[in-house]
Amino acid sequence: MKMVTAIIKPFKLDDVREALSEIGVQGITVTEVKGFGRQKGHTELYRGAEYIVDFLPKVKVEAAVSEDVLEQVIEAISKSANTGKIGDGKIFVYGLEQTIRIRTGETGKNAL
Amino acid sequence: MTIQKSQWAMKSLLITVISVLPSMAFAEELSSGDTAWMLTATALVLFMTIPGLSLFYAGMVRSKNVLSVLMQCFAITSLMTVLWVLYLYSLAFTDGGAMNAFIGGLDKVFLTGVGVDSLSGTIPETVFMTFQMTFVIITPALIVGAFAERMKFSAMLIFMTLWATLVYAPVCHWVWGGGWLGDYGVLDFAGGTVVHINAGVAGLVAALMLGKRKGYPNVAMPPHNLTLTVVGASMLWVGWFGFNAGSELAADGVAGMAMAVTQIATATAALAWMFCEWASHGKPSVLGIASGAVGGLVAITPASGSVGPMGALAIGAAAGIGCFFAATKLKYVLDYDDSLDVFGVHAIGGIIGAILTGVFAATSLGGAGFGEGNSTMGSQVIAQLIGVASTIAFTMVMSFIILKVIDVIIGLRVNEEQEAKGLDIALHEERGYII
Repeated sequence: MKMVTAIIKPFKLDDVREALSEIGVQGITVTEVKGFGRQKGHTELYRGAEYIVDFLPKVKVEAAVSEDVLEQVIEAISKSANTGKIGDGKIFVYGLEQTIRIRTGETGKNAL
Repeated sequence: MTIQKSQWAMKSLLITVISVLPSMAFAEELSSGDTAWMLTATALVLFMTIPGLSLFYAGMVRSKNVLSVLMQCFAITSLMTVLWVLYLYSLAFTDGGAMNAFIGGLDKVFLTGVGVDSLSGTIPETVFMTFQMTFVIITPALIVGAFAERMKFSAMLIFMTLWATLVYAPVCHWVWGGGWLGDYGVLDFAGGTVVHINAGVAGLVAALMLGKRKGYPNVAMPPHNLTLTVVGASMLWVGWFGFNAGSELAADGVAGMAMAVTQIATATAALAWMFCEWASHGKPSVLGIASGAVGGLVAITPASGSVGPMGALAIGAAAGIGCFFAATKLKYVLDYDDSLDVFGVHAIGGIIGAILTGVFAATSLGGAGFGEGNSTMGSQVIAQLIGVASTIAFTMVMSFIILKVIDVIIGLRVNEEQEAKGLDIALHEERGYII
């Protein structure tokens, strides 16, 4: 089992969600985050005081998936979150030790 | 004439005479028209503080301090109400005997003698008293903006009590209560000196004495909710009709012109700030246009009883540009942390307005004429300058003394930890937003 974490541009969330649904990923967790990489921030101006805002709003999508669909998941996210411009984001893959469904107590792949 | 025609003529004459009777001034009598308007104006001016000014300021601070600003304004409203009826009204508006040039007397403490039937001009004295109360409420509330995000609540309450007593009441008395500035024919219709220059200069003194917020100016402290600020500015704009047009204390042509010039100056100032910012920084901003409007409102305040529409246009333009430079440039050049630009908008706007009142009161420029004892623009402008200078000097010195005394006894500023946590949690144990 793997945990796939993707940092994407916020307005791409719907596209990514649809793409994951299409390949059978049933559930995801979404968090609103801030961050920067190579994408420059922007300036804001309040009564003559100029602020440079480094942190940009992003969305983090997490999905626990089984290894056999990992490549498809990565491809689905990559394609749907891509705009071609700096700041599209990154995908991280973590090894996932255990998964438990709380309601039934199922573990492992059955809990994904 | 036939008998019928002459009877008809008599009836018409009688009806005409009877309908004209109410407007013929015998002694000062209660005018229900004036009273109705003044009751409304009083409500409008109170609305300017709660919640107009409160929201205007609240939106501009950081979210961890949003409640502290609302609390300060609400508490000041309540405190000033009580102090006004206990003794401040008397000090401001009664005859002070030998001291009358400087301050009023104690004849009306506890509002003695102010009853249901007491009259002040053509309106009940209760209405006049409450209307003026809304002014003693908003003036200290304005100062809040200068020391926002770092002042102790207890110290603030004590400061406001002493300031209203030792600064507001005297200056109010000088201009409107029979004191010495009235004798110079200073034109201050609705409080350019009494309210705005007064609060603005006190604000500067407070900002300097409390010191800069921790991290200022390197740490970003943008307004946390400009939607609140714009809502507040809009309420100030509408409420200001009560402030200016209500200062006529009657429902008549002067009030009508006051309302018109208020609207004109405010709109012009809003545009002026907006265009200045657009040219200077590349984009027009909503904080800018709202601030410009407030600057225009401040500047037209002393002028609203004396100038005409084109004078208002000029005053609005001057205020928009002047306040823009004061708030966005001067503050940084002189390096003080007047958090919400109380000096830049209220003092500078008030000074611009007070001086230009002397100019545009001229009948040749569409105005209503100069004040008592002044027959030329030059002498009127000098009178205005005397009013401005004396208010600045008095407020500056007295505010400094009051703040110094409080600082020595209980301290003015919260400690570093409280300031970092935010005043809402540190001083009030509440959060503005539980989302």
